[in-house]
Amino acid sequence: MTLSEPYRLFFYLFGTMAFVGLNAAYLVWVERKGAARFQRRSGPTEVGPAGLLQPIADALKLLSKQVLVPPEADRTLFRLAPVLVMAPALMCLSTLPYSERLGARDLNLGLVLVFAFGSINVMAIMLGGWASRNKYAIISSARIVSQNVAYEIPMLLTVITLLMITGTMNLREIVEQQAGGFWNWNICKLTANPLMPVTFVIFFICMLAETNRAPFDMAEAESELVAGAFTEYGGMGFGVFFMAEYANILVGCSLATILFFGGWQSPIGVLPGHLWFLLKLYALIFTVVWVRWTFPRTQFYRLLNLSWKVLIPLSLVTLVLTSAMLKLF
Amino acid sequence: MIPSLDELHAAFKRLLPPAVSPAQAGDCGGAPTAEGTAPTPAPAAALCQIVDPKAKGYHLDATVAPDQVVAAAELLDQRGFAIDTITGVDWMAARQMEIVYDFFHLTAPLQVVVRTRVPRDKPELPTISKVFPGANWHERETHDFFGIRFLGHPDLSPLLLPEDATYHPLRKDFAGAA
Amino acid sequence: MQLETIKAPGSPTEGQETFVLNLGPQHPATHGVLRVKLTMDGEYITRAEPVCGYIHRMHEKMGENRTYAQFLPNTSRIDYLSAMHYTHAFVGVVERAVGIEVPPRAEYVRVITSELNRIASHLVWFGAFLLDLGGFTPLLYAFDDREKILDLLEGITGARLTYCYYRFGGLYNDVDEAFLTGTREFVTYMRPRLDMYRELVTGNVILRKRLEGIGPISAKTCRKYGATGPVIRGSGVAHDVRKVMPYSVYSDLDFDIPVFPECDCMARYLVRMEEMAQSLRLIEQALARLPAGPFVAAKVPRVIKLPPGDYYYAVEAARGRFAVRVVSDGKEIPYRVKLRTPSFANLTLFEEASRGMMLPDALALLGSLDLVIPDIDR
Repeated sequence: MTLSEPYRLFFYLFGTMAFVGLNAAYLVWVERKGAARFQRRSGPTEVGPAGLLQPIADALKLLSKQVLVPPEADRTLFRLAPVLVMAPALMCLSTLPYSERLGARDLNLGLVLVFAFGSINVMAIMLGGWASRNKYAIISSARIVSQNVAYEIPMLLTVITLLMITGTMNLREIVEQQAGGFWNWNICKLTANPLMPVTFVIFFICMLAETNRAPFDMAEAESELVAGAFTEYGGMGFGVFFMAEYANILVGCSLATILFFGGWQSPIGVLPGHLWFLLKLYALIFTVVWVRWTFPRTQFYRLLNLSWKVLIPLSLVTLVLTSAMLKLF
Repeated sequence: MIPSLDELHAAFKRLLPPAVSPAQAGDCGGAPTAEGTAPTPAPAAALCQIVDPKAKGYHLDATVAPDQVVAAAELLDQRGFAIDTITGVDWMAARQMEIVYDFFHLTAPLQVVVRTRVPRDKPELPTISKVFPGANWHERETHDFFGIRFLGHPDLSPLLLPEDATYHPLRKDFAGAA
Repeated sequence: MQLETIKAPGSPTEGQETFVLNLGPQHPATHGVLRVKLTMDGEYITRAEPVCGYIHRMHEKMGENRTYAQFLPNTSRIDYLSAMHYTHAFVGVVERAVGIEVPPRAEYVRVITSELNRIASHLVWFGAFLLDLGGFTPLLYAFDDREKILDLLEGITGARLTYCYYRFGGLYNDVDEAFLTGTREFVTYMRPRLDMYRELVTGNVILRKRLEGIGPISAKTCRKYGATGPVIRGSGVAHDVRKVMPYSVYSDLDFDIPVFPECDCMARYLVRMEEMAQSLRLIEQALARLPAGPFVAAKVPRVIKLPPGDYYYAVEAARGRFAVRVVSDGKEIPYRVKLRTPSFANLTLFEEASRGMMLPDALALLGSLDLVIPDIDR
C-alpha cells in the first residue's frame, strides 16, 4: 500500500528505530544463547521463557545506573560519543531495502552512503576513547583507527569489484538484477568473476573487522585493555555503545545479503520477500556470533598485516580479474 | 658438564682460607658428619660437609664468611647450578643472623647449601645478584623480613610488605605491626 | 625452528616519550592480584616491573607460631590449584627429618592424587591462558573435565580445592573402591579429550601465530633466575624434580618428561599439554601397582619434634619446583619455615624477558609462565 508522505515518514522513522532497537536487544539474547550452547551450558533461562525477557532486564539494569563522567574527561565529547556511534547505523538503514516495497529511501548513491556513514562510526568510537582520558582507552582508540582504516580499503575494493558487475549503486536495482533463482545471486556469478566467493569472504572478514567483532575485537580486548575505549562508560552510555555494535552488525550483514545473496529474492518462489531477507540476514548474523566464540584473538600487528599484506593484494587481484573478464566476455 | 660431589667439595675447601674463624654453632646443632671430615671443632673441615641427602635433603653444606658469598656463587654458577632460594634465620640468642643460600643443579642430583652468619645489629653482606639475577628478589624478600642489607643491591625497597613498611616481621623480637 | 625474536615493524627508539601503564592489581589477565608497572613507548614495553605483595599472608611467620600438624592446612593455601603437591613437600620434610617410613600403599595413593591434581591445575591454566588470548570457549570445556577430577578428590578428601589429605606417615583416609573405579574411568575419558584439545585448539592457526616465536626465554636465563617447571622444560632443559631427585615412588614408575627446545610460548604450552598425558600414564601405572596394606605408618609420634638442624624437601608441583626448608631447634614448633615457590622465581624473569615486546605478546608470555599470585606472595 502506498502511504502519503508524512505517514510514510513516520512509519519509517519509528519502524527503523524499533527494528534496530529490537534487534540490538535480541541479538544480545542470540549471542548469549549461542555462546552458551557452544560452551555446553544453557545461557539465560531464568527471566522469561528460555530467557527471552533477559534483554529487557539488562536494559532496565543499564538504565538504572548512573553515567559517571570521569573528572578530567571532556564532558561534551564523552557524552556525544555514544550518540555519534548509534546515529550512523540508523542512517545507513534508511537506504537499505528489505523487500520490494520496504525501503525508506531509494537513493541512486545508496551504496556510497552506507560506507560514508560507516566511517563516522570509527571516529565516534575514537572520540569516546579519547574523551575518557584513560590510558587504556587511548591505546584502544589508536588501535581502532588503525584497524578500521586498514580494513576499509579491502572492503571498498571488493565493493568496487561488485559495482563493475552491477553497474549501479542503487541498492534496490542491485537486488533486482539478482532475480530468478539463486544461480543469479551475485555470489554465484562466476562468469563475471571466478573468484566471487573469495570476494564475499574478504567482504565478510572486513565487515567483522569494521564492526570490531572477535577475532578482530582489539577495541575491547578484555584481557588486555580491560574494556578498551569503553572503560570509563557505565550505565546507559555503555548500553548505547553495546547496542550500536549490534546495529552495525545488522547493517553489515544486511549489506552482505543485498550485495551477494540476492536480498529478498527467494530461491523458490514461496514466501514473501522480506521473510527471505530476514532469513538470510539472520543466517549471516549467526555466523558472526559463531566466529566470535570459536577463534582466539590475533595480535594487533598481525591483524594489520592480514589487511595490508593479504586482503588488499587479494582484492586487487579480484578487481583486475573481474575487469578482465568483463572486458573479454 | 655434570659436576661430581667430591669435586665440588674440594672446590669449596679451596675457597675457604685454612684459618677462618669458625662460625659459632649457635642454637643450631651440628649436621651429621660424613666421610672424610673430622668432627667439630676442626674449623675448615667442619665448614664444608658432605651430607646425607636421605636425612637432610641436600648434598653439600658449606659455611662461608660473609664476604665470600659472591665467590661461592660464582663457583656454583660455573658448574651449572641454579639459584633455588635465599633466606634468613634469626638466631636471637646468639645475636647473629644466618643467611642461607640454596642452589640446585639442573641435571645432576645435587643440592648445595651455602650459609653465612652476620652480627644481628649490623646485618650486611654483599649481594650475589650480579652473578645470579634471580637472587635480586630473594634478597629483597630477605631484607623485608629480617632487615638484612645486601650491599650493592640495585633496589632494596619492600617487595612483599607495603612500600612504607619499616618493620621486619620474621625477626624473633617482632611483636606486631607498629 | 629458529629462535628469532619477532621484530614488529618500527622498533622503539631511545628517548621517545614513554608513559606508564598500570596492569593494575585488578585486571582480567593477571589472574589474581598482580600489578605490573609497564613503561610503554606506544605499544612497546620498555620496562615491566612486577609489584607483588597484594595477597601476602605471611605463611612463613605462621609457620613459627604453629606446631607441625597445625601448619598442614596452610600448605594447601599457598598454591590452591596444586594443593596436594605442597602438602606433600611439608609432610615429606617432616618424615625425612623424623625418619618416619611411609607404607607403599600411601605412597602410591599420594602419586595418584598428586597427578590428578596436576592435571586439574593444568586444565585451569589451559582455560585461563586461552581466555587471555581471546578464545572464550576452551575454558568451559576444560572446567568440565576438571569437575570430574574435583568430584573424585572430593569423595576421598571432602574438599574440592584445598585438600590437606596427607598426614605425617601416610594419608588421612584410605581410598575406597568408588575412587579407584572413578579414576580408571577418568583416565579412559580424558585421553580422547586431550586429542580433542589438540585438534581444536593447538592446531588452530591463530593460536599458533599468537604463540610461536613469542616470548623467547633461553635456558641460561632460566638457570640464572631459578625458573623451573614447564618454563625451563620449554627451553630445552630436562629438569623435573621427579626425575632428577626422585621422591616418593616416582623412581619405580615409568614416565617421560616432555621437553621442547624452542623456548617460546608455544613450547611451554606444549610441555603442559604433554604433561597431562604423562600424568595419565603415571596414574594408570600407580593404579595397577597399588598394593594392599595400611595407609598410614604404624608408629608416628604423637608430638612431632624434629631434631635440631635444617631439612629440605623439594617436589615437582604443577608450576615448577616447590621446596620447604625447615629449621628446627628441637621444639615442637619449627624455628623457621621457608617456602620456595615456583611462581616467585618464574616471575622474576618477566622483567628481562618482556623488554621490547608489544603488549599482547607480553600478556601471552605472562600467561605461559602460569603464575598463581598467592604462590608468589605466600
